[in-house]
Amino acid sequence: MSSVLSKSQWPSIASISTDVQNGKSKALDLVELAYKTLENSNEFNSVISTTKKRAIGIAKDIDSRVKKGQKIGKLAGVPFIAKDNFLTFGGETTAASNILKGFNAPYQATAIERLEAEGAICVAKANLDAFGHGASTENSDFYTTKNPHDQKRVPGGSSGGSAAAVILDIVPFALGTDTGGSIRLPASFCGAVGYKPTYGLVSRSGVIAMASSTDTIGPLTRNIADAALILDIISGKDELDGTTIEKDKLGYTNLPTHIKGKKIGIVAEFMGKGVDPGVRSRIEDTLKELKNAGAELVEVSIPSISLALACYYIICPAEVSSNLSRYDGQRYGHTSNMSGNIEDSYNWSRSEGFGSEAKRRILIGTYVLSSGYYDAYYKKAQTLRTKLIKEFNEIFNKVDFLAGPVSPVTAFKIGQNIKDPLQMWLVDILTVAPSLTGSPAVSVPAGYSDGMPVGIQLIAPTGKDRDLLALASVTEKVI
Amino acid sequence: MHILKKENNYTITVGIECHIQLKTKTKLFAAVSNDARNAEPNTLISHICLGMPGALPVLNEEAIHLAAKAAFALGTVPQKNSKFDRKHYFYPDLPKGYQITQFDQPIILGGHVKIASNGVAKNINITRAHLEEDAGKSTHPAGQDYSLVDLNRAGTPLLEIVSEPEIHSSAEAKAYAKELYLLMRYADVSDANLFYGNMRFDVNVSVSKTNKLGIRSETKNLNSFKSVEKAVDYEAKRQIDLLEKGDKVLQETRGWDDAKQKTFSQRSKEDSHDYRYFPDPDIPPVELSDKYIKNIQKDLPTMPEEWRKILNSLELNDSQIDTLLISEVDSDIKYLKNINKHLNDKPMAKFLADWYINITIPQVNDNNFVLENSLHHSLELEIYRLIKSNKLSSTNAKALYTEITRGTKLPASIEDYARTKGYIQVSDEKVISEIVKNVLAQNPKAATDVAGGEIKAIGYLVGQIMAQSKGQADPALAQKLIKKQLHIE
Repeated sequence: MSSVLSKSQWPSIASISTDVQNGKSKALDLVELAYKTLENSNEFNSVISTTKKRAIGIAKDIDSRVKKGQKIGKLAGVPFIAKDNFLTFGGETTAASNILKGFNAPYQATAIERLEAEGAICVAKANLDAFGHGASTENSDFYTTKNPHDQKRVPGGSSGGSAAAVILDIVPFALGTDTGGSIRLPASFCGAVGYKPTYGLVSRSGVIAMASSTDTIGPLTRNIADAALILDIISGKDELDGTTIEKDKLGYTNLPTHIKGKKIGIVAEFMGKGVDPGVRSRIEDTLKELKNAGAELVEVSIPSISLALACYYIICPAEVSSNLSRYDGQRYGHTSNMSGNIEDSYNWSRSEGFGSEAKRRILIGTYVLSSGYYDAYYKKAQTLRTKLIKEFNEIFNKVDFLAGPVSPVTAFKIGQNIKDPLQMWLVDILTVAPSLTGSPAVSVPAGYSDGMPVGIQLIAPTGKDRDLLALASVTEKVI
Repeated sequence: MHILKKENNYTITVGIECHIQLKTKTKLFAAVSNDARNAEPNTLISHICLGMPGALPVLNEEAIHLAAKAAFALGTVPQKNSKFDRKHYFYPDLPKGYQITQFDQPIILGGHVKIASNGVAKNINITRAHLEEDAGKSTHPAGQDYSLVDLNRAGTPLLEIVSEPEIHSSAEAKAYAKELYLLMRYADVSDANLFYGNMRFDVNVSVSKTNKLGIRSETKNLNSFKSVEKAVDYEAKRQIDLLEKGDKVLQETRGWDDAKQKTFSQRSKEDSHDYRYFPDPDIPPVELSDKYIKNIQKDLPTMPEEWRKILNSLELNDSQIDTLLISEVDSDIKYLKNINKHLNDKPMAKFLADWYINITIPQVNDNNFVLENSLHHSLELEIYRLIKSNKLSSTNAKALYTEITRGTKLPASIEDYARTKGYIQVSDEKVISEIVKNVLAQNPKAATDVAGGEIKAIGYLVGQIMAQSKGQADPALAQKLIKKQLHIE
């Protein structure tokens, strides 16, 4: 049990902000504390780059505005780390891919803009599997992030750097992206809260696209109240993303505190053979506690869920192959020095710039969209996706939430799955279904198995983020 | 009934794809100006047009509105449900590596364009029309080892209108292109400025001696009605010549060399891409409500068909009607609206129509016209009154009109102005009688001829009277007085 990691030097985000606004603490000190902590945990490789100059400038500006009696916002002086697939000022944005090395963003992601507008300060960019392709950060073109609980193990991915940074206590929160489990899995592996909102609730503008139809943006934190506050700030319609939706009228803070009479469906397919006994018992214990707190537990089955992974690994590479087309070496990022015509320039720039997982997904995606194969793969996968959404809707007529583990196993050893991409993809088996249906889902720390964190996954119908956060909040209290 | 143009018993079959730039303020998916006409290269761009990482397309609702209007112009209704897809290929002027277009659920399905060729009316059916974004513009400087890309045009909304292969001659092809132009201009969905490439035609031409269609070629990027006509002629002849020699027509994409008036091969079908279309996940499907569709229909301006009916009632021929229809959208002058205001007074409406066709339009075409619409319209009404009351001859009316419309102001009283300028006719019998007497005395031979029954010679005498009166005599009155003084009937 890593008791050192369960304590944080950061108070709640709300109180950090209040203290800065009241002049009790200084934004500059907070930013420096973040950098000092980062330095002390350098060996974990949680970040790719810092935005130090800009962060310190912003911190000083906030402190001087406080001095003048100006109101800063709900996140005054709160330092955070963004996954390096968020476009930010103050340094490079690489998505952990060589093809974007040296890229300086000309604009910032909407989520970053909204956080900055409330006084939050981005101090660094977190490591990830390049372009979000992976479950361990081993697919980063730069280096692998180590699990804060065991340096021999992966932090999960693809938002592994973000999860590790929170648990290493560098910052009180980090931003991640979740396409098939990329927030929930590292949160589960590192013992953080990882929140994947309803699809469209947070703008994707300025976030490097992986699979556009399932890409979501959310916070990684130490507790639900912090995650809820961050979601409250970054969510809602954005004129730069046509798929965004309005946030809940009540917002995501001041959550209900009881779950009496709420029905939680335990997904049979989530608790099957492949689930590690240690993980299973932690989930069962947690569910028992939720029952004690007034929830009603119902066993449910979603037959199509067993096919969700196959469906995901057709739709996701299809969209990836399309979304990565723009990295052609002509306008930004890596351009090959190999001479030749434009075709050669494309081929060399992309061959040199993309890592092997990106290439694998481009090839698969190109294949499943090719004429003659489209119907057999992409179209079939879309049909299955529609069926899965229907089954989710039907189940949610009977229960309020679904529950199960985030992952069948705890954090695996670095290198264990790297030679076997299929095994690596299987790690996503329990997280991809809510990604395909667009449902909100959260990973809440549910204790440890053999010294490694276990996360319980709670899922709600689309748009019911507020209810889900309330359940998650109760869950963290009963554990 | 199709009129098939046959050469050596070959039937020519043509289908036309037309790209029309919609007149939205901003691009199809980015809040950047859509008017690239006089802009420096790469000044009308944003992170979206550049395909920056993380940039998302957001659909411009105005483009949907205009496309829905175009549906009515094409005699159909817009589809309630449509969606956008990605079409993939690599090219430097396509920053995202895919073009956003509508693949299998376009905003328009069906419709028709009514054309008249050789006086025979015929409907050309529309297969579909879909919205898509334009690519940027590539230029390849001669002798250089680089190319230049201008992305100002990237993301401009286009409506691609695809006709059925129901066109069977170059004349029909031209008539179709022209009518499509009128429809889009009258629906006010596009500036359709051919010079700026707002409207570009691709013609698919095949020839066959049987009922089975022949192998077709596609000649791309024609930007005038004339080049549409010429390209169809050229392709038909080229293909017939090939077949007559026993060769085969290749399915290929061809370009048009306007200087040589020839098509040339660009790429064959073997080079064709697999575009890997799939629904664009960044753009939610488009759903139009019944109310939305109804409102668009309600606000649709008067279309060419309706104008034709109105103008037909003024006994104008087809070519005169076409002149008015085209001139209305080619200049700022509101010919049709002016005529329309006076439909309750048929003679006046007819006068205006004839006046525009014979006098105003040629002058406007010669760039000799300055006076603004509301002013010259009141001038026209006054001229009509003066002609009707015999105060102005048609010759003088034209001279007066030409003189005034070259300036920017209208005289306070047009009649006074015309009088001081000597345009008003003298209708005083006494004055004219005196001149007639003089002219007859000075031209005894002509006078005798006329008196002897050679009525033709009266024209000469009237001419002399007009000359002596400095053009102010009423010619009808002069003729009457000649006959009177010579005691003819």
